[in-house]
Amino acid sequence: MTYDITIDGKHYRLDLNRPEGRWSCRLDGREVEVDAVLARPDVLSIRLGNQAYEVKCERVSGEMHLWVGSARFAAEVRDPRSLRGRVRAADDRGPKKLTASMPGKIVRVLVSQGSEVEAGAGVLVVEAMKMQNELKSPKKGTIQKILVSEGAAVNAGDVLAIVE
Amino acid sequence: MFKKILIANRGEIAVRVIRACHEMGIAAVAVYSDVDRASLHVRKADDAYPIGAAAASESYLNIQKILDVAARSGADAIHPGYGFLSENAKFARACVDAGVKSIGPTAAAMDAMGSKTRARQAMERAGVPYVPGTSRGLESFEQAEEVAARIGYPVMLKAAAGGGGKGMRLVHAPAELKSSLEGARSEAERSFGDSEVYIEKAILNPRHIEMQVLADEHGNTVYLGERECSLQRRHQKVVEEAPSPIVDPEMRRKMGEVAVRVAKAAGYTNAGTVEFLVDQQKNFYFLEMNTRLQVEHPVTELITGLDLVHLQIRIAAGERLPFTQDQVVIRGHAIECRIYAEDPDNNYFPSPGKITLLLLPSGPGIRLDSGMYEGWTVPMDYDPLLAKLIGYGTDRDQAISRLTRALNEYFVGGIKTNLSLFRHILSDPDFRAAKMDTGFLDRLLKQKKAEAPADPKAIEVATIAAGIFTVLGASAAGAGERPVGNDSSATKPTVASNWLRTARKEAMR
Repeated sequence: MTYDITIDGKHYRLDLNRPEGRWSCRLDGREVEVDAVLARPDVLSIRLGNQAYEVKCERVSGEMHLWVGSARFAAEVRDPRSLRGRVRAADDRGPKKLTASMPGKIVRVLVSQGSEVEAGAGVLVVEAMKMQNELKSPKKGTIQKILVSEGAAVNAGDVLAIVE
Repeated sequence: MFKKILIANRGEIAVRVIRACHEMGIAAVAVYSDVDRASLHVRKADDAYPIGAAAASESYLNIQKILDVAARSGADAIHPGYGFLSENAKFARACVDAGVKSIGPTAAAMDAMGSKTRARQAMERAGVPYVPGTSRGLESFEQAEEVAARIGYPVMLKAAAGGGGKGMRLVHAPAELKSSLEGARSEAERSFGDSEVYIEKAILNPRHIEMQVLADEHGNTVYLGERECSLQRRHQKVVEEAPSPIVDPEMRRKMGEVAVRVAKAAGYTNAGTVEFLVDQQKNFYFLEMNTRLQVEHPVTELITGLDLVHLQIRIAAGERLPFTQDQVVIRGHAIECRIYAEDPDNNYFPSPGKITLLLLPSGPGIRLDSGMYEGWTVPMDYDPLLAKLIGYGTDRDQAISRLTRALNEYFVGGIKTNLSLFRHILSDPDFRAAKMDTGFLDRLLKQKKAEAPADPKAIEVATIAAGIFTVLGASAAGAGERPVGNDSSATKPTVASNWLRTARKEAMR
């Protein structure tokens, strides 16, 4: 299996195979000696040569984060043969979703449908645990849709608005 | 002794009290709001009763509902924990009327300490040192001017009914006094319905040191040593330790004796805390008394070997203190980190949500008081305190190194926590040298942390792990989102489902 992996904005090519239960691995064409055991769900014990690491995997809102010690890495994994993967790699064009990063309550809607927004302009105010947080537009464009109204309860990952 | 105790609280403190009940052979009754059905305290209790909607006023603050559950469940005492009803004199009075014992001080003692000006008057009578200023509300601007000139600028204006920094103004110069006084008064009126404001000398960069006291109902009062609580953010304590690195046995005795005098002046019973401000010359001034069990009580427990909740229950049951002041021995050093569900990268904004992965620290000198578990969704309705991690050692250095080691074992996935903040604090040279005051944390957070470039080896490990997790797919996923869903129209395509979709496509070729 071959993957294009982006870790914190940098791209790597990873070839992984597991003949007879042992991993064989090439990172950007270089052979790496890997021994990996799934210690429990979302926790891998990895040996690179004789160096041992515990890696934790966090999956929230469709994103994958890996923790090596106290360092956290955002990871994006694409199959280079998948068309979808290539499309996702290109970015800023097209509609962008504004999603809730945590459960909360919509306390204010700052813009109306159809209005123009700059990148970083406030769109909605969400309240959680007695604190208010302004959600900002991910890009310059037009508010195509506001999917929530003031007072609505939302969950993490819910799409709240779409900017085109 | 009580047969059954109702715990009028939630989260880690409810679990803490339930554990004490079980250790003493007492049944524990939990109450829970609509969003807390799955909370840990409900799982640990013997009986559990729903008490209403998520809003605290509908549930954990509703005195009538809690007393109803006490009657229905046959509880003979109520432990209020901290926060919620713990310092509510009306609640203490209602318990007396309902014939159920409230584990804490009497309503009269709470009243004596509830208003800051009334507490200052009581301290004046008892000869307790308090921050210079007035012990009564200011009557006029002219009086404020006169007092400020006498005690010297900078001065602090404070609401008598205040708390949490509301109705408080720091005044550097006479020209600012008038507008600050008006501002403090109107904020106090809006926040507490009471515009009474008094004035005191501002102590710049003080330390916040508090003394634990314990009083039985037979007139015996002891102090159990101090806690250093100078590390605060937004008037909220973040790290506490005991003993304080600057308090020697002589100063401890003096502060302890003053604290006992404060407690006696208020007719205090059960566990309480007397807070002091300490200036750079180590002068200490009475600040206020907290009439409850404190969040940070474990550090005192570790260095005294006592269990404060056991003692609270025994005192409330009418027992005498089982030891005298001379028998209280302080040994070792303990430091507590308050683990909050908040995002360090987003100005510590609360971060509720589902805990997808939880790895717990253990080993020598580590105590964890926690209210969370893997798979639990942290509700957004309450204080974001999740757990307290406490390190204990022979001395301060060992406590720090054990705590640092435990922080590296601790992992909370799925939500954001402030765990990284503690690694930052514990490695700070000033913290290590115990150079702390209440402004420490704000200064530390203002310093731009030099972003250390990521270790190339760690990047390599992360890259390989990302690939392996993707290959393993759903079988390697824990309590978080399943990486493979049946719903191909899902709005958020996950990494593994992309891979799977490609595999399926290829299989069809």
